Amino acid sequence: MLDKNGIAKRIAKEVQDGYYVNLGIGIPTLVANFVRDDIEVEFQSENGVLGMGPFPFEGEEDADIINAGKQTITTLPGASFFDSATSFAMIRGKHVDLTILGAMEVSEEGDIANWKIPGKMVKGMGGAMDLVASAENIIVAMMHTNKRGESKLLKKCSLPLTGVGCVKKIVTNLAVLEVTPEGFKLLERAPGVSVAEIKKATEGNLLIEGDIPEMQLI
Amino acid sequence: MINKKINTVQQAVAGVTDNMTLMLGGFGLCGIPENAIAELVKLGVKNLTCISNNAGVDDFGLGLLLQERQIKKMISSYVGENDEFERQMLSGELDVELTPQGTLAEKCRAAQAGFPAFYTPAGYGTEVAEGKESREFNGKMYILEKAYEADFAFVKAWKGDEAGNLIFKGTARNFNPCMCGAAKITVAEVEELVPAGELDPNQVHIPGIFVQRIFQGEKYEKRIEQRTVRSRE
Repeated sequence: MLDKNGIAKRIAKEVQDGYYVNLGIGIPTLVANFVRDDIEVEFQSENGVLGMGPFPFEGEEDADIINAGKQTITTLPGASFFDSATSFAMIRGKHVDLTILGAMEVSEEGDIANWKIPGKMVKGMGGAMDLVASAENIIVAMMHTNKRGESKLLKKCSLPLTGVGCVKKIVTNLAVLEVTPEGFKLLERAPGVSVAEIKKATEGNLLIEGDIPEMQLI
Repeated sequence: MINKKINTVQQAVAGVTDNMTLMLGGFGLCGIPENAIAELVKLGVKNLTCISNNAGVDDFGLGLLLQERQIKKMISSYVGENDEFERQMLSGELDVELTPQGTLAEKCRAAQAGFPAFYTPAGYGTEVAEGKESREFNGKMYILEKAYEADFAFVKAWKGDEAGNLIFKGTARNFNPCMCGAAKITVAEVEELVPAGELDPNQVHIPGIFVQRIFQGEKYEKRIEQRTVRSRE
């Protein structure tokens, strides 16, 4: 089974040379730490920066330079700043190559829910609805089950949706899965996790074809 | 040169009355019109509708107006870091219109650019699309979103000149340029106000035509929400 860093490490393998990538808050943010250093990638943050770098050294924080998680950041050579309308032109106009975001639920049809629990929690969708409605390459990073042990990979989402039919790939602490017209296709198992365990933790239709390889994290 | 300079923050908020709709720039606490917000609190105007990506934190930014119950309705994309906001929303005291962030930016920009409405794929098939016209273009579904109509836009820039030209810094730019000229009156506050002629026209982000009033803020606290650093090793 993977921890959050493990999920991020596996997703980092999906990042290719020349990609512009938008990382959501939470596990997705960790992906930046594991991208191979022999490829060129630029990270976009929807509050208006392309070419995001690591956190600043202590004492060098600048209140005017933050990411979408409101964390202080730095920029790398080649970076640029822009307004919010331009930022979402990059997203809606499909100029961003890969979007990685978290989710509360994903359905076997690729629907995603991640912004509201009626009566309990409403933080808002932020940029998530724009991202999922537009991006062609969306990877969801999340735990396979919630805190109560219930599956987050469902036949139908129970929470208010963020987008419909948009998720293509999911990386969880247990598995890598692809959303297909027939349901969740199991691509890889996390180290030490059996197909039976994944099946038990998946409420939606799970397609298992042949031998399922274990993830390679290096 | 048409001079837009005003000398006091009182002049900045002059004309704001109860029940008005205001746009306020900023992302979290980054690039917010600190001085105008403080003055709106003092002015005591009530029943405001505020269009702003976030609602500040409990004791800063728009959180100050929320604490005084001056806001009737908030139009935002994300309200995560404000307990008082969440309390007022869940109790029904505050009307909240949650809007996808890119749609919020574009509804401002459309107002600025003279478009009454536009189609976007964001929110199709979700609660956001309820009651809105939807339409297919090239095999994909879109919803119709209308431009905002606001009385005042309060924005914050880094530098400006007396002609109202603005230059922003870093990610403090965010929604500010989209809101300039998107309301009946745009009020810009800047950290440094210089005479016309001192800004290089090549470097201007927002031309003064979109700004009706400009003033230099008395002070900027520029609070950091999440101070994240790395060690020097």
